Amino acid sequence: MAASNSNDAFVEFERVQKSYDGETLVVKDLNLTMPKGEFLTMLGPSGSGKTTCLMMLAGFETATHGDIRLGGISINNIPPHKRGIGMVFQNYALFPHMTIAENLSFPLEVRKLGKSEREEKVKRALDMVEMGAFGGRRPAQLSGGQQQRVALARALVFEPELVLMDEPLGALDKQLREKMQFEITHLAHNLGITVVYVTHDQTEALTMSDRVAVFNDGVIQQLAPPDQLYESPDNSFVAQFIGENNTLEGQVKEIANGIAVVQLDDGELIDCKPVNVDKPGERTRVSIRPERVEYNKDRLSDGAHTLKAEVLEFIYMGDIFRTRLRVAGNDEFIIKTRNAPDQVRLQPGQQIEIGWLPEDCRALDA
Amino acid sequence: MSDITQSGPVLAADGKPLKHSLNRALRRQKMRAMALILPLLAFVLLTFIVPIGQMLFRSVQNDIVQNTLPQTVIAIQDWDATSGEAPDEAAFAALAADFKIAVENKTHTRVGSRLNYETPGISSLFRKAGRKAKRWDLETDGPFKEQFLDIDEDWGDPAIWRTIQKFSPPVTSGYFLNAADMQLGDDGVEFRPENQQIYITLFKRTLFMSLVIMGACILLGYPVAWLLANLPSAKANVLLILVLLPFWTSLLVRTSAWKVMLQQQGVINDTLVWLGLVADESRLVMINNQFGTIVAMTHILLPFMILPMYSVMQTIPPSYLRAAKSLGATNWTAFWRVYFPQSVPGIGAGSILVFILAIGYYITPELVGGTKGVFISNRIAFHISSSLNWGLAAALGTILLVAVLILYWAYDKIVGIDNVKLG
Ligand SMILES: Nc1ncnc2c1ncn2[C@@H]1O[C@H](COP(=O)(O)OP(=O)(O)O)[C@@H](O)[C@H]1O
Ligand SMILES: [Mg+2]
Repeated sequence: MAASNSNDAFVEFERVQKSYDGETLVVKDLNLTMPKGEFLTMLGPSGSGKTTCLMMLAGFETATHGDIRLGGISINNIPPHKRGIGMVFQNYALFPHMTIAENLSFPLEVRKLGKSEREEKVKRALDMVEMGAFGGRRPAQLSGGQQQRVALARALVFEPELVLMDEPLGALDKQLREKMQFEITHLAHNLGITVVYVTHDQTEALTMSDRVAVFNDGVIQQLAPPDQLYESPDNSFVAQFIGENNTLEGQVKEIANGIAVVQLDDGELIDCKPVNVDKPGERTRVSIRPERVEYNKDRLSDGAHTLKAEVLEFIYMGDIFRTRLRVAGNDEFIIKTRNAPDQVRLQPGQQIEIGWLPEDCRALDA
Repeated sequence: MSDITQSGPVLAADGKPLKHSLNRALRRQKMRAMALILPLLAFVLLTFIVPIGQMLFRSVQNDIVQNTLPQTVIAIQDWDATSGEAPDEAAFAALAADFKIAVENKTHTRVGSRLNYETPGISSLFRKAGRKAKRWDLETDGPFKEQFLDIDEDWGDPAIWRTIQKFSPPVTSGYFLNAADMQLGDDGVEFRPENQQIYITLFKRTLFMSLVIMGACILLGYPVAWLLANLPSAKANVLLILVLLPFWTSLLVRTSAWKVMLQQQGVINDTLVWLGLVADESRLVMINNQFGTIVAMTHILLPFMILPMYSVMQTIPPSYLRAAKSLGATNWTAFWRVYFPQSVPGIGAGSILVFILAIGYYITPELVGGTKGVFISNRIAFHISSSLNWGLAAALGTILLVAVLILYWAYDKIVGIDNVKLG
């Protein structure tokens, strides 16, 4: 709907800080720009300031410093009810004394829409989330998943351009959650709305978002599309937080031609891609994804550095094999291999050699 | 296994019917539970159920006439009360015989007092006759009609006999009629003379003032409860202590404090005069009237309104208000359409509590109510401890109890008692 100006900043945080008690900053120097129609997820551990950011955007908390703009206009002094932002709360916040239809009708009533128009919009919104038959019920008479859909419909019924969702799927079971993830993304893209989505579940963030902002300690650690976040984490927090990850600690020996040679703490040398290191002598934490580790000698390139490893445990997981190794003194080194007909099943106690492509092994901050 | 296939009751492992074993096991559990609540049950029974039952009974009980004057009651059974004449000698002779026994037992004055409630003057008639009757010989001293008329002319007044006849049945509606400002006149139930009507006014006033006090408590308590529920817990606790502070001082002290505040030479009047808002000659009368009672009782009952409201409001998550605002509602709309309806159960609980406490309140109206600000309960207390007309006190109390039950029922019909939450 807004293809022409999709590159314009729609939501902007500029140097935003927030403190509740005047002593500690809960949000530190937040800078974020979102184009219209984007699905952006704020991901981070509990207490990292995600909800606070969302509340500042919605107008329920004021920024201690900095500027928040919506469509180019600073909204610092606009009260929440005039911002026209749809919001889905974690506990849904459906009004218990109103029926589902009344809940949906509420935002239209306060906008002084006529009765027939209201009814039509309510019906359309309920149908959109496949809840058309439930208009007469009370929230308490619905299951968690149904309440979730209604909350979504209520946030969308008055056609806001920006919708905020704070861990909306947190209370659902795994299966329902996956279904709703899919539905929310589809709805968002079909309606062309801009979404800021908060979650602490990294799978959710990766599967749903156009871009993910990884929060820790009030700071965005990395803001990138999901694939980049997973494959090229900027620092060891992101590497640890997103997906499964093996780390080895060591010291940079030399950096040349975009390859860093790292001496692990037990003396062995490996090739890495330098990300957060720039000179020899620095301490580093090396990060390798379990599925990028190779133990089949034939598949490794000649001259690649390899490490000796001892198989500690072999776990059959159906689609994949998960093997725990001892590598360079680390007992928790995991490798994952696809369950293919020719795949070797390693036995505990077996001594093997493992290796990887230098670009899959990232030397990050210590 | 064979148990299951065989017809008839299912058997337990020891061969007895399973139902039987289950009942025995449950009975033991029930007995243990009963034993635990037995002291409470006995306490409630002795101190609550029994006295209330007695009160209900006392409000219609009237066996004193029949018990003390049994022969008279029979003798005047057929006397025509509308004849305009006193009954014949037979009735007087029966009365003399009854008196003889009653005087010995010293019970004639009690009947006198009882009948005096209905027809003033009877008490002294009975006392005078009692003194004489002691010395009568029933065989020789007749005819007794003259004897009685000798003692007092009034014995010839048919009104006296009418009263005795009317109140000879063991059960009477007299107390209730009296409590409703009515009486059993010659041609059935009628209102008392205008200048003797007090109870209906008093009931109306009690209801009206209880409602006003309840309303004042809602208006004053709601914002406080809201603050309590929405402040950070450290500040809320301090505020809660302030709310509960009145409970720590004696009721009498609090009420007396209001006397100091409200009297004509009191703090408020002094301040108003000093500020020049009120002239010194026309100091406001704020005590010993309805205003004083309402102010003092609102203050005393306020915590009973705030606490249930507070505990209900505490359960309303702040996200509802936020949700309403994010949907475009102004602060007022969000409050009125979303927050207020959810706090109604708290208002209901508080209102019932305050209203029922207020309607039976005694101490405060007694101390600051004067004559215009007293409640029905003050009148009940008067009949219990001063006029000793317990039957009337019981009837008034019963009417009050029924009124409360009716209001409770009406509340249940209109608002629904499920809609009352204490937390
Ligand atoms: N209303 C508040 N008053 C004081 N501190 C708060 C308040 N809300 C959140 N915080 C603090 O701010 C930090 C970030 O909280 P939040 O934004 O809720 O994190 P997240 O949503 O990422 O879990 C936490 O340390 C939390 O204790
Ligand atoms: Mg949160």
